[in-house]
Amino acid sequence: MLPCLPLSPSKFLLTVSLAISLFLSSLGPEKTKPRLPEQVSIVCTFMEANGNGVMVNEASKIKSEIESLEAKKSQIDLRISALRAQLNSSNSNGVRKEQVTDSSYSPSTGLSSNGQLSADMVYRYSRHLLLPSFGVEAQANLLKSSVLVIGAGGLGSPALLYLAACGVGRMGIVDHDVVELNNLQRQIIHTEAYIGWSKVESAAAACRAINSTVQIVEHKEAFCTSNALEIMSKYDIVVDATDNAPSRYMINDCCVVLGKPLISGAALGLEGQLTVYNYNGGPCYRCLFPTPPPTTACQRCADSGVLGVVPGVIGCLQALEAIKVATAVGEPLSRRMLLFDALSTQIRVVKIRGRSLHCEACGENAIMTAQQFRNFDYEKFTQSPLSTSPLKLNLLSEDARITSKEYNERIVKGEAHVLVDVRPSHHFKIVSLPNSINIPLENLEGRLSEISTSLEEGGNKSVDTSEGASLYVICRRGNDSQRAVEFLHKMGFTTAKDIIGGLESWAHDVDPKFPIY
Amino acid sequence: MQLTLEFGGGLELLCDSVKIHKVNFDTQAEEEKVTMKHLLPWIRTNLIKERPEMFMKGDSVRPGVLVLVNDCDWELSGQLDTVLEEKDVIVFISTLHGG
Ligand SMILES: [Zn+2]
Repeated sequence: MLPCLPLSPSKFLLTVSLAISLFLSSLGPEKTKPRLPEQVSIVCTFMEANGNGVMVNEASKIKSEIESLEAKKSQIDLRISALRAQLNSSNSNGVRKEQVTDSSYSPSTGLSSNGQLSADMVYRYSRHLLLPSFGVEAQANLLKSSVLVIGAGGLGSPALLYLAACGVGRMGIVDHDVVELNNLQRQIIHTEAYIGWSKVESAAAACRAINSTVQIVEHKEAFCTSNALEIMSKYDIVVDATDNAPSRYMINDCCVVLGKPLISGAALGLEGQLTVYNYNGGPCYRCLFPTPPPTTACQRCADSGVLGVVPGVIGCLQALEAIKVATAVGEPLSRRMLLFDALSTQIRVVKIRGRSLHCEACGENAIMTAQQFRNFDYEKFTQSPLSTSPLKLNLLSEDARITSKEYNERIVKGEAHVLVDVRPSHHFKIVSLPNSINIPLENLEGRLSEISTSLEEGGNKSVDTSEGASLYVICRRGNDSQRAVEFLHKMGFTTAKDIIGGLESWAHDVDPKFPIY
Repeated sequence: MQLTLEFGGGLELLCDSVKIHKVNFDTQAEEEKVTMKHLLPWIRTNLIKERPEMFMKGDSVRPGVLVLVNDCDWELSGQLDTVLEEKDVIVFISTLHGG
């Protein structure tokens, strides 16, 4: 059982930030200096090679300042963890408490100078230590390792929880999103109390609550070419728990440039996939998929749906593969791919190709360098956006569109009209506007006669008009409705109008109680 | 020739949402060996019900589709030249990006 969060997040934040500011002020004024981005040190390293003496001096100064700031930062992180643990333990009764500040052991790993585990570590990880094939060595490797988890969503949630619990020494979490109610069905690391919070903060708090001895680093930003090398360079292993094609290529290339093993997982609908890239001479993502798929083949959970436990299963397996790579125990899933089918409960492990000599990232004549990586346009390459913001089409002229507010005004006036909802029928079953008729976009061509009939009958008329009934088309967000109107115009329904922004705008601008999904 | 063809990762949507197809595949051409080169157009004609461009590009599968012949990447068995035998299981799976 997890202990309950003793305070509401807002109070909790206040307490913690108070503790941080008190602690910061006790460390002296230089603490508050903004940290220089590490890119500076990379740039300077190149200049070093060019033999610029002044820059060498400057670079080593910056480097040592970064090192000292990093050391202080990890002290602060540790202190925060300890305070958090203190907060949590005030709630639990009779549970053996940990003294994370035992001075004879390294605070960052819990290992003594001769590699011995502290008494608390022995107790906490005893079930690992009892495993003959794992034991003290593997646990010590784990405590010394660092893992970067990119994405704190459906895959990242279980991966982070297990990696924190098992005792990875340092764990970075990258995400720019905030927690929303419709995430909680699958993103099990987040709780209702954290809705509206950054996912990274929420996930970090959950991980610290499980294991305050793990150093958690929060990267509350989108992972992009300008920060990727800097962030990733500080970790041994990378877990790709993102949800889109451009991120997958970008993370892969960054791993190739920096030589990091990549634990890659994906899930959609009722299927999942898992493999380890760039490990021990094995292939990278581009070796398998040199050419990005067409955008129409890249479905998102927000559009296609996903059964929550499916990314859960894959995320757990990602944690497992990360542990195997970190500890050198077992055979990581390199040159093989696991395919999970939830409907038939089938797991198939297939053999995949090795490293490709022609790969543009890792092949013999590969061009992927740090510089090339920074300038690569992944959105253009994959023709799809990095962010999860949904597509906004603009296919129609203004007079072929009306806003949801205008549509509402026309209903109120009693205008005779036909409203066609072009969403798939299982969407229509979730929620729909009264008197709308459901003709999914893909069936539109074959069901035009139904629209004609409805129009002839005068549509939803409450007031008799001399003019014929008008024709409106709606969908979820206002993209398919535009495609439908475009098609209807071609087929002679020249008065068809699209309701801008679809049901989402109806819920936003007209009826706040209308369910959105 | 009896073959089992499986579609996954969303490709099943192109063939009436049926994932597993047990088919009897016979080429008209009386060639010695039956290869993937013969099978792909046959699938496009006989199994794919919509958006064939989501399955094939040129004479091969579209980018983002993994082809597995008896649980092994077809890249390792000669891609289009992979020779098919009785009772082979061929899986077409679209790579997923969700998470
Ligand atoms: Zn490669």
